[in-house]
Amino acid sequence: MKWIILIVLCVSGPAWAGEARPLADDPAAEARLKHLAVELRCLVCQNQTLADSNAPLAEDLRREVREMIAKNMSDKEIIEFLVSRYGDFVLYRPPLKATTTLLWVGPFVLLTIGATALVITLRRRAHKVVEVAVSEEEHRKVEQLMAEGGKRS
Amino acid sequence: MIPEIGHFALILALCVALVQGILPIYGAAVGNAALMSLAKPAARLQFLLILTAFGCLAYAFADKDFSVLYVASTSNSQLPLHYRLAAIWGAHEGSLLLWTFILTLWMFAVTLFSAHLPEATRSRILGVMGLVSVGFLLFMLTVSNPFERLIPAAPDGRDLNPLLQDPGMVIHPPMLYMGYVGFSVAFAFAIAALLGGNLDAAWARWSRPWTTVAWCFLTVGIAMGSGWAYYELGWGGGWFWDPVENASFMPWLAGTALVHSLAVTDKRGGFKVWTVLLAIMAFSLSLLGTFLVRSGVLTSVHAFATDPKRGLFILAFLAIVIGGSLALYAWRAPKVGLGGSFAMLSREGMLLANNVLLVAAMGSVLLGTLYPLFLDALDLGKISVGPPYFDSVFVPLMVPALFLMGIGPLAQWKKANLPDLAKRLKWAFGVSVVSALTLPIVLGNWTPLLSLGLLLAVWIVTTAVVSLRERLTHVTGNSLMERLASVPRSYWGMLVAHCGIAVFIVGVTMVKGFESEKDVRMNVGETASIGDYTFRFDGTQDVMGPNYTAARGTFRVSYDGSETTVLYPEKRRYPVQNQIMTEAAIDPGLLRDLYVSLGEPLDDGAWSVRLYHKPFIDWIWGGCFIMALGGALAISDRRYRIAWHKQEPAVPAPTRAARRKVA
Repeated sequence: MKWIILIVLCVSGPAWAGEARPLADDPAAEARLKHLAVELRCLVCQNQTLADSNAPLAEDLRREVREMIAKNMSDKEIIEFLVSRYGDFVLYRPPLKATTTLLWVGPFVLLTIGATALVITLRRRAHKVVEVAVSEEEHRKVEQLMAEGGKRS
Repeated sequence: MIPEIGHFALILALCVALVQGILPIYGAAVGNAALMSLAKPAARLQFLLILTAFGCLAYAFADKDFSVLYVASTSNSQLPLHYRLAAIWGAHEGSLLLWTFILTLWMFAVTLFSAHLPEATRSRILGVMGLVSVGFLLFMLTVSNPFERLIPAAPDGRDLNPLLQDPGMVIHPPMLYMGYVGFSVAFAFAIAALLGGNLDAAWARWSRPWTTVAWCFLTVGIAMGSGWAYYELGWGGGWFWDPVENASFMPWLAGTALVHSLAVTDKRGGFKVWTVLLAIMAFSLSLLGTFLVRSGVLTSVHAFATDPKRGLFILAFLAIVIGGSLALYAWRAPKVGLGGSFAMLSREGMLLANNVLLVAAMGSVLLGTLYPLFLDALDLGKISVGPPYFDSVFVPLMVPALFLMGIGPLAQWKKANLPDLAKRLKWAFGVSVVSALTLPIVLGNWTPLLSLGLLLAVWIVTTAVVSLRERLTHVTGNSLMERLASVPRSYWGMLVAHCGIAVFIVGVTMVKGFESEKDVRMNVGETASIGDYTFRFDGTQDVMGPNYTAARGTFRVSYDGSETTVLYPEKRRYPVQNQIMTEAAIDPGLLRDLYVSLGEPLDDGAWSVRLYHKPFIDWIWGGCFIMALGGALAISDRRYRIAWHKQEPAVPAPTRAARRKVA
């Protein structure tokens, strides 16, 4: 069988338009790898995910993850293994722990503070601002000025 | 000789900047007209001096003068002329010169378009810009002089990082800096107003067009950077929440809030204190961005500079500028009046709420960017904060802001009526919900995020249509064309910019929902299909570039059996720095991009190849350009042209205020 394919390949050469093979042997495992790798950091790159990097070390790490997938480890187990080896630095989604609490709640605390400050300021302001009534005479004058302005420009 | 002239021009510029920064501000404080009148000529002279310095550095690059350290370290004799010139801002020292050059360019523009400003205000504005310039010139002359000599001269240069050898490099940094530095004008206006104690609606009206211009440049600059990353880096993404990208995005968020807050201060006299704070914030973030990128505290694709002396200088400068302006703010702001009253449910209220959301979003980006640095500095461990973090905190903050964006323009100033708003918006809301639910199903992939994105995009567009329709019924004119023409350009600008956001959202949503990619091993003559397109690999050939060698692949793309395009991705090798670069080939289209990049050569002429089909991705950048177009429309509005072309007629103050109120 192999021989036949080889002969066909040799005879038809470049004109033979076959369907290209996927780079990975197991597309399902590759999809899982991709899913994991977009949240992992390439440790030697400046700021790239493991999925995007072409660095040799990233390639090694991807191969290791592939092997772990082949061993039927769950995503959680794989990530735990990587963290035990490389620390939290490898995760682009920092885990929630004592040192990162502020990081995760910060944005929403900011929003709450902002919203509260907004409401309080507006309430306080509403008491302070005094409505100035516009008299009939002033109103007429404004209308007149506007009409003039319209003509002028 | 030429580099020495440049160096000397910088020293002279520093002297002029000192004069410009001190005397006119003092003159304005004591009412000395002679001192105040120094501001304009000093600013123009400074511009000419920095232009000279810039020209000298450009000459050194064009002339391949490798006895200048900076030229030797960022260019090479093989590098083509346009990249040698772009190499001026290819690293630290030159970027600072570009920064200062653009600052003086803005100053020069202020001297040209400030005939309508009171003398004292103009002197203060130029004085503040002069002081900022003093900081940058001192920085250059003490720790990062672009004209430093290298003796003996290097036989050849170390070359520009191949990643930067791209047309994007020629245009992206100047655009971005025009935006960054442009906020210095809004900042100078704010500080001048604080110094003079005249924070009024006129101040807002004057600084509004300047802020909008800077915002437009920044928008385009960021979009170009993102587009550049998309085709240059070879893995098909355009935004990575990289600290350097964040550094440009934070001033954008603050600037966007500022543009909206200025609108209220201009039209209603409200939010003055808040507007001033935003102006200070936007410029401080621009400085912080420069600091982050240029001091080397980040280790990222863009940050090449590493030198603690520089870091300390910028940090001190940052502390002086931000601390000083905040202290001035704390001292003067309480004396500022309140402006007109308004209810919480009103256009003012909604704009303010939007401002809070934008600033909270900006704060989260800041937090995520600086957090790992702080943890590291405090020895609490090394963490990475990346796209998953930013996506999960940024989206919930932006969704309400985008929703409010649809309602705000329809709400009345002062006090809006909720049942009335609901009545006017029910069609827009209905159309948005129905299309958000059905469109993804029609397109064949329903996810909550896809629906949410489409909901927001359709909501923004439909509410804009409602707003325009209502507006047209209120203007005078018989035919539709006449009525369309009588709608002011600033209003069109707002609509266009908001629709730009909608276009942007469609782009992001559709790409995230429908993109597909394939990693394949392709032999010569083999085909691979993605998104109804078939790619045939016709092998690679060797190509010689001006300063690189490349393997260029040929891919014939067909759709439905007929050939649509041929793509030529390259794998380049730059011998000077011995770097391999991937040049992706892209067939752009309104509804989809096709993207091919070469991976590694395998045996027998086969290559590993990455193929992408990215629906609607160009809408992301298109949306940004539409936003900037909206900004450009807004500043072309009649009222600014009148203000610039003739001095305001001497109308007694009270009537002027009255006219403003009804405007």
